[in-house]
Amino acid sequence: MKRRDYLKNIGLSSLGLAALNPQVKAMEALEGAPDPKKVAPIKVPNGRTLDEAERDAKLMAEKFLNQHELETITILSDIIIPADGKSGSASQAGVTKFIEFIVKDKPEFKTPMRGGLRWIDGESKRRFNKLFTEITPKQRIEIVEDIAYPEKVKPQFSQGVTFFTLMRNLTATGFYTSRIGLDDLGYKGNTPNEWKGVPEDVLKQYGLSYDD
Amino acid sequence: MINSSIYIKSQQEVFDVVIVGSGAGGGMAAHMLTKAGAKVCLLEAGQPYDPADPKNITQLKWPYESPRRGANTTRPFGDFDAAYGGWEIDGEPYTRKDGTKFDWFRSRMVGGRTNHWGRISLRFGPDDFKRKSLDGLGDDWPIGYDDMKPYYDKVDRLIGVFGTNEGLRNNPDGIFLPPPKARLHELMIKKANKTLGIPTYPSRLSILTKPINNERGQCFYCAQCSRACQAYADFSSSSVLVKPAAATGNLTLLPFAMAREVTTDPISGLATGVSYVHTGTLQEYTVRGKIVVLAASAGETARLLLNSKSSRFPNGIANSSGVVGKYINDSTGASRSAIIPSLFDRKTYNEDGVGGSHIYSPWWGDNSKLDFPRGYHIEYGGGMGMPSYGFGWGIEGLNGRENFTRDGLKKAAGGYGATLKEDYRRFYGAYVSFAGRGEPVPREDNYCEIDPNVVDKYGIPVLRFHYKWSDYEIKQAKHMQDTFEQIIDAMGGKAMGKKPGADTNYGLADPGRIIHEVGTARMGNNPSTSVVNSNCQAHDVKNLFLADAAPFVSQGDKNATWTILALSMRTSEYIIDQRKKANL
Repeated sequence: MKRRDYLKNIGLSSLGLAALNPQVKAMEALEGAPDPKKVAPIKVPNGRTLDEAERDAKLMAEKFLNQHELETITILSDIIIPADGKSGSASQAGVTKFIEFIVKDKPEFKTPMRGGLRWIDGESKRRFNKLFTEITPKQRIEIVEDIAYPEKVKPQFSQGVTFFTLMRNLTATGFYTSRIGLDDLGYKGNTPNEWKGVPEDVLKQYGLSYDD
Repeated sequence: MINSSIYIKSQQEVFDVVIVGSGAGGGMAAHMLTKAGAKVCLLEAGQPYDPADPKNITQLKWPYESPRRGANTTRPFGDFDAAYGGWEIDGEPYTRKDGTKFDWFRSRMVGGRTNHWGRISLRFGPDDFKRKSLDGLGDDWPIGYDDMKPYYDKVDRLIGVFGTNEGLRNNPDGIFLPPPKARLHELMIKKANKTLGIPTYPSRLSILTKPINNERGQCFYCAQCSRACQAYADFSSSSVLVKPAAATGNLTLLPFAMAREVTTDPISGLATGVSYVHTGTLQEYTVRGKIVVLAASAGETARLLLNSKSSRFPNGIANSSGVVGKYINDSTGASRSAIIPSLFDRKTYNEDGVGGSHIYSPWWGDNSKLDFPRGYHIEYGGGMGMPSYGFGWGIEGLNGRENFTRDGLKKAAGGYGATLKEDYRRFYGAYVSFAGRGEPVPREDNYCEIDPNVVDKYGIPVLRFHYKWSDYEIKQAKHMQDTFEQIIDAMGGKAMGKKPGADTNYGLADPGRIIHEVGTARMGNNPSTSVVNSNCQAHDVKNLFLADAAPFVSQGDKNATWTILALSMRTSEYIIDQRKKANL
């Protein structure tokens, strides 16, 4: 198949290349029902195996973080990655939903996340006698300033720094793997193309060439 | 309702050849033998898999199409990787002995591990077959490069590989498609390596930069070979070998078939077929064949041989030497990453390229001046790849460094808000990574055996590994780390993290982690010290052949797949020839 035809077809079908001989087809009929006890109660999305789809569905149905915790995460993630002239904020990019899911997918995050949110509410109560969600943006920044810089932290805030570092990392990963974040970075790939080498102006900028 | 008619039919038929395993070796044997007219039954423990079937496709998906953004919670290389299975598979355990380490990666799918592999397709060179003659360690192969060259040539033509002919003695020329041009960071690495005397050449990967036939498409540069290619523009056994084998009409492909043992005739001692468990119904079947070819992977093939016990073969079939399972060896591997300040705030453009490094460095060292035997090659990573889970992680270790800000002032590490957002943009595409892949010395006391106490969920006794690195491999890893730092320095880069030291064996990956395990049923001319002869035919059982990496006497620093393919092709031709002469 010529590249041109193939590019034209991509995304529409599997290029007609998936057709298998009858024997393989017969075997494929077995797939999805290899074990009578495990007949899929759910639709298996493309690109997932049955086991994976079942696990994903279970995680989706699980509730771990509560509404207050999710509100706190939203506020913190927007402090970490706010909207600016170039792109939207963490919450606009769906970071809250990502964090809600990933702490269930990676249960090792459950206690650090829940406990960290408790820590920040405790700190907020001590300073302002209100939960973190109830204080003013200026008051929030006062707390964040004390936990955002690992190398400058005062000893009494060290646990807060650990939590904020986790929040920063999860926020960044969630943001830059979203559509908004990919566009913000200027990622231009994941699409059929022809690689012709580094653009001429870039080669010039770095004093490099293909002739060396 | 399970359709088992095909299983019942396969029980009655006597096939010309029964092959276990549909990866590189099994796929090649199936391809060669069906093409020659043999009726072949191909057993695969995993599920059907075609990279172009929409229900399998992950290629060109965006990170946000995965709720975990491609994290590796369910698949070891992430949600989009084309490997069903991994180092741990539910219900299929293996064990380790005496506190040693070995991690065993298995893909349960048609095509096996070739669906996600790195497509690094390196021929062994003349030295790689004759190591004992050169350094006195390990053993020589009973064959040499001249025996293999015609098959490497045929594999190059059949499957397609890009690269360049450089006239390197131990990294032989091939029949190459044009290689892709280097990416920006790769040009910088090449320039740095030149000052250090480290050779850098275009990679040799089995990816079609030009079409080679009407069945397979051409690379469209998405960098996602690890997700398997729906255009069949890279080599996977599923698409390139099993599919055309099926098209001959001579192939019966049995997925969900977990082989238990090779059955034998007690009188003649010949193999009569393979018994297996259907992984869905858990029913037991036997498929009969005049010839049996095991290509289940070095580990699974050894397990099958050892589990095939009878009064005639009390230590397992083809194991009168006691060598089955011994000499298992995986590549050495160590890695390091760095950030290159001159790449900060770089102009963005699509530089996905092919899946993998466009350049590599074959081994350049002179072992007579070094404190370890054998060598390694370097694979390079980096550039403006598609972000996935883990992106941006650990920026607090970077953005507080000297001279990492635009205005040259040092800022406090970590932070938040608009300036932090600028840091992520600034550092994007400025990372490079280095991975060494080297040759270990195979040892008799590195082995796998049957665990006397443990069975898997099918009731089949499992493998128990005993594996230790020696000083040879540890010193090689140290040399890798020193080399990586030299290259990083020459590029004006800053290495990430602490340099791995003696406490971590210099970052040497645990055995099995590089997924290049070979050598569990090595070939040789002496039946008391080897399992198969130079045609991969069992010394003890003339109609039993091995077609994976089990017969490897050593593994070079060359990644096993291209040699598995060439060797399986050679073995298949031998089988055809012997059948014609009525010797089998």
